[in-house]
This record gives sequence, C-alpha cells and structure tokens, in this order.
Amino acid sequence: MNAPTANLARTPVVALVGNPNAGKTSLFNALTGSRQKVGNYPGVTVERKAGRLALPDGRLCDLIDLPGTYSLNPRSPDEAVTRDAIFGRIAGEKPLDAIVAVIDATNLRNHLRFVLELKALDLPLVVALNMVDLAARDGIVIDTARLADLIGLPVVETVAVRKRGLDALGAALASRIGEAPPALPVERTSDIRALQKQARQLAGAVETASGSARRWSQRIDAVVLHPVIGPLLLAAILFFMFQAVFSWAEAPMGWIEDGIAAVQAELAARLPEGVLLSLLNDGVLAGVGAVVVFLPQILILFAFIIALEQSGYMTRAAFLMDRLMARVGLNGRAFIPLLSSFACAIPGIMATRTIDSPRDRLTTILIAPLMTCSARLPVYAVVIGAFIPARDVGPVGLQGLVLFALYLAGILGALVAAFALRRTVTKGAAPPFLMEMPKYQWPAPRDLALGLYGRATAFLKRAGTIILASTIVLWALASWPQPPVDADRPGIEYSLAGKIGTALEPLFAPIGFNKEIAIALVPGMAAREVAVSALGTVYALQGVDEEHAQGLIEQLRAAWPLPTALAFLAWFVFAPQCISTLAITRRETASWRWPIFMFSYLFAAAYIAAGLTYHLAVALGL
Amino acid sequence: MTSSSPHRPIDALAPGEVALIASIDRAGLAPETAQRLCELGFDEGVDVEILHRAPFGGDPIAIRVGNMVVALRRDMARLIEVAA
Repeated sequence: MNAPTANLARTPVVALVGNPNAGKTSLFNALTGSRQKVGNYPGVTVERKAGRLALPDGRLCDLIDLPGTYSLNPRSPDEAVTRDAIFGRIAGEKPLDAIVAVIDATNLRNHLRFVLELKALDLPLVVALNMVDLAARDGIVIDTARLADLIGLPVVETVAVRKRGLDALGAALASRIGEAPPALPVERTSDIRALQKQARQLAGAVETASGSARRWSQRIDAVVLHPVIGPLLLAAILFFMFQAVFSWAEAPMGWIEDGIAAVQAELAARLPEGVLLSLLNDGVLAGVGAVVVFLPQILILFAFIIALEQSGYMTRAAFLMDRLMARVGLNGRAFIPLLSSFACAIPGIMATRTIDSPRDRLTTILIAPLMTCSARLPVYAVVIGAFIPARDVGPVGLQGLVLFALYLAGILGALVAAFALRRTVTKGAAPPFLMEMPKYQWPAPRDLALGLYGRATAFLKRAGTIILASTIVLWALASWPQPPVDADRPGIEYSLAGKIGTALEPLFAPIGFNKEIAIALVPGMAAREVAVSALGTVYALQGVDEEHAQGLIEQLRAAWPLPTALAFLAWFVFAPQCISTLAITRRETASWRWPIFMFSYLFAAAYIAAGLTYHLAVALGL
Repeated sequence: MTSSSPHRPIDALAPGEVALIASIDRAGLAPETAQRLCELGFDEGVDVEILHRAPFGGDPIAIRVGNMVVALRRDMARLIEVAA
C-alpha cells in the first residue's frame, strides 16, 4: 500500500514567519530541537535556519525559520529574504507549502496586522498564538476560538519556551498541507494603514480583558533606563562581562595551550627533526592552537551577548548609547558589536548583522578592528615591560597608564574614523533610528544553548579555516628557503619572509622600525600575538611565547631605542595585522573592496601614528 | 503652529500623560519610514505615552504606543502630534 510516488515522496516546506520578538526562534527551537542546520542564503549575509518537523500523520516536512519582519515591505536584507522566500524568488529554495504565522499574544493588534497581510497571499496558513502565558500574567484574556472564527484561520495557543501547544500546531499544519504544492502567491501592495485599523478592531473584539500589558517590563525599565542609574548599570554589566571574558577563560585557555604543547612535545619525541615535524608543530598545530586558544573567550562573550539579546536588554543598551553614537554618525545598535571587538574583532564584525542600516553596518565593520582586541595584549605586555619603567605616577602605575592610553587611542581613533567615513565613503542619509523595545524575558536555556552552538560553529568554520591556512602559508614563508649550514644570522633572515621583511625595511625606516621589526611583521599578519614569537625568532631566541618573554624583553631593551618602541606600540593600535579580520570582512560585506579598503586605511593610520610618535619622541630627546 | 492649535508634538507630553495621536506628518518622512512607523503601531487615534528619555540630552525617547514600546529620535517625534 506504500507505493511511493513522486508526490508522496515530496517533503513539504513550512516557514515560520512573524514580527521580531514574537518568539519565532524559540518556537523553531522547540519544534526542531538540535536537528537544525544553520547556513547562509546565497549572496547575502542572512542566516538560513532549517530543520525537520514530523507531523502527527507521519509526514516529515522541512521547517524554515525566516528572519523576523514587520511586513512584506522589507527595510533590511534580512526582511528582504523573508519576502523573497514567501514569493519563491530565492534560487535553490523550494516554494512554501504552508506558513506558520507566529504572533505575540501580548501584542495582538500589531501582530494581527501582519497575519492579515499574510492571509491575503492565499497560502495555507496557521496562526501560532505564542506567549499566552505572558499574556495571562499581564491579565490579558483572549477568546482564541472567536479569533479563529473572525480571522478565518486555524489559531493554536503556544508557549514555545515550555513546549506547550506543539502537537496541536502540528495537527493544524497537517490538515492544511495538501498533496500538491499550492500555487505561488502573487505580490500586491496592501494598504498597511487599513489593515492596521482592521487588526486593532479584531484585537479589541477578541480580548475579553486587556489587562495591563508590560507592567513588569515598565517597572524594570524604570531602573534600567533611569538617566543616572541606567548608564551606571550598563557600565557595571559591561565591566562584569569583560571581567568574565578574561578571568573565566584563563583556566581553559591554559589547558588548551598545555594540551597543544603536549601534542607538540609528543610529536617532537616520535618524529625525526625535519620538514614534516616543523610543518605539523610550527604550522598546523600552531595554527589550530591560535584559533582554539581564543575559543573560551569567544564562547563566554557570545553567551553574554545572546543572553543580553534574548532578555531584551540589548535594545536598552542601544537606547542608552544612541545619543553618543549619533555624534559620530552611527546609531545605538553599533555599540554592542564595537564592544565585542574588545575581545576579538571577528565576533564583533559578525554581530553587526543586527544593524539594519547598511551604511551604519559597513562603518561599524570598518572601525571594529580599532577596538583593542585581546590578541594585542601580549604585544603590548612585552613592549611595555621592556621600555616603560615600573614606577608610579601619582596614585597609578606608569605601565598601566600607558596600557590605558593605548586602549584610549584605539577608541578615539575609531570615533575619528567613523566620523570621517560617514562623511566620505559611507556618506548618505541613514534610515532613521526606529527600534521596538521588546518586553523583558528570561533567556530560555535551550535557546541560549542552541544560539551559542550555532555561533561557535560559525566562528570556527569562518575564522578557523582561514587562520589555519594563513598560519601554514606564513610558516612556509618563514621556513623557506632554509639557511645555509654555515649561517651566521638567524634562519628566518634567509627565508622568503626574511627577504620580504628586508625589502620592506626602507618603507619602515622613516618611522623608526629596524629590519628585525620589518621581518617580524610578516608572520605577524597571521594574528597580532604571533608578532611576539616572531620577534623571538628574529632575535634567535628559542621558545619565546607570552609566558616566557623575559629573554625577549631584555633583548629588545638592548636592541631598540625608546622612540622605536613607542612607535611600535602606536603601530599596533592601528595596524591591520590580522588576516582573519580581513577574511571575515570579506565574508560579511560579500566583496573584496571593503577588506582592501580596511587594510589600506588602517595601514595608513598605523604608519602615520607610528611616524608621528617616533619623530615626536626623537624631538623630545627620549 | 499657533498656541491655540489643538495639537501639540508628542515630545511635549508630560511624564505619565496619555494622549491620542491626532496627526502624523507623513509628508515629512521618507515613504519607507512612514510605513515602518505605521507597522510599529503609530496611527491616528492610537494612545501614546512617553515612558523614558535617554540620558545625555533626552534623545532618543521611548514611547508606548498601544502595547508596544518604540524608541525614536526627537526629530522624528516632532512630526507626530497628539490631541491636546
């Protein structure tokens, strides 16, 4: 009886559609669990989330979580994807068999308007009336049967975070999905204002008690958005977040380093000295290590960001910071991506996807590398340790003061850059700042875990491959050709990297850099902290890394005049010394134009800053 | 606008004061912005209230419109008028 025909074997496609903050992603997570695939739509940096859903009648369907949108008239690339998916215009995507419109029971009148817009498409449609528990908490009572009756669609009450109503939703879907796919909907312009009015009347007719929606959120906002307490609370949250990123990650980072070192030692004991051992130890393992060692920090950072997003606090932070960001031509939403960039520019640049204005987003991406990331710290630590005396200036230490000045220089540089970019390359009116502030919610552990997993794998895939590849390329550059047997200079000087560095020396001489620095900057392109071990190699020291830098500190003290050291610090505030950042910029802007522009402007800024610092220091007789 | 006008900008609402939107100057907005404002629930006859003003100069402001809270900058808020 199970004669499979082409029609029976067809897997129907169902999309979740709804306003942002309707709980769509929670519902998607509840329906698909960990059986979901996260990818990208072709040509745009919009996440594509799909999973399998088993209907009660045994059929399987593909469930797609489309980006949240307020209507079918898109204002951002995300919203355009939702529209195009509904009208079957995305290459490689099958047309939809049915839509689940997810609406927030505490905000019926706005969300019903979108349902009315979707209903006009004549696709099989089921309404998931989500967050009915929160509506009940606020005293809102909805006559669901009457709503279904008036709107002429099946309406299922759900509480996605508690997995309530999922079976009923599946049953309602099963009855709407036919054997053959429905006809593609035709796009027509709808009168939003008329629909809005209709939705308000509809909401008024089915809400038997309107309660006092958002009472809790308003109480929390009275504190969180208070003119004095609000900014202080934001500062405290950020301080705690950074404290956590750096201190909680310390132990796991140590384990990872020890683990990699143990594997390297094991390989060194088993394999003969030679190219293979060097490739594995100094190329592959060093490359893998350079990525994974930052994973604990990045996971902690992502966990904070996801929790802040899901709780609803992120939009409050954007609200508090909008005024300050507006002064340099950005909007409040740029604040969190820039903040993340203090740990690492890569998650920061990935986080710019929440900025709906393309120009603001591009500007934010371009200035993100100016935030002092944690990979700069080893470089700063070595140079400051070597050249800045450990004495106090008033109540504070001079070394700490210099480090603070370097952070500050990065921030000021970013503000100036944003100001300049918004008036030149990213010139043009940004869409006005208009942001819904959703009600507060506890982040659900399942949503937090799935969100973290998705972003961590995206980071490893995007950053990991490029860092590994570039480390191996730079390892090869620094290893070949090999030095002659009677070499009297460090091996790296005979290699291609050494030759490139030597060739670059005249370029760097005017800003006070010697040949050794020029050579070390070449492998230092892989990641900033690599510059430390590269300097160790150039000065023919063995086993220099962040913890064993004492020898290097003494060597540098003897080899560099103070103005050179200060110029080197100024260089690292701006320098585009990170291939992964450039690679992620290429991914996120979908063109080579912007990473090349980013490299050029940062190189110019670094060159000028280092040159000014060097000549000023020389003139002052330092 | 004269002082005898029955309308005043939403920005002039006192804390805790609830009023109905009387008019929205849609001609003063880009068409997409006017539409988004509508999608967020701003329409004539809808009840609004100013909940919060941001620190550092009171801009942007957070407005409750129906059951939603929307943040917008004051230059846009000036185009929305409420009945006195």
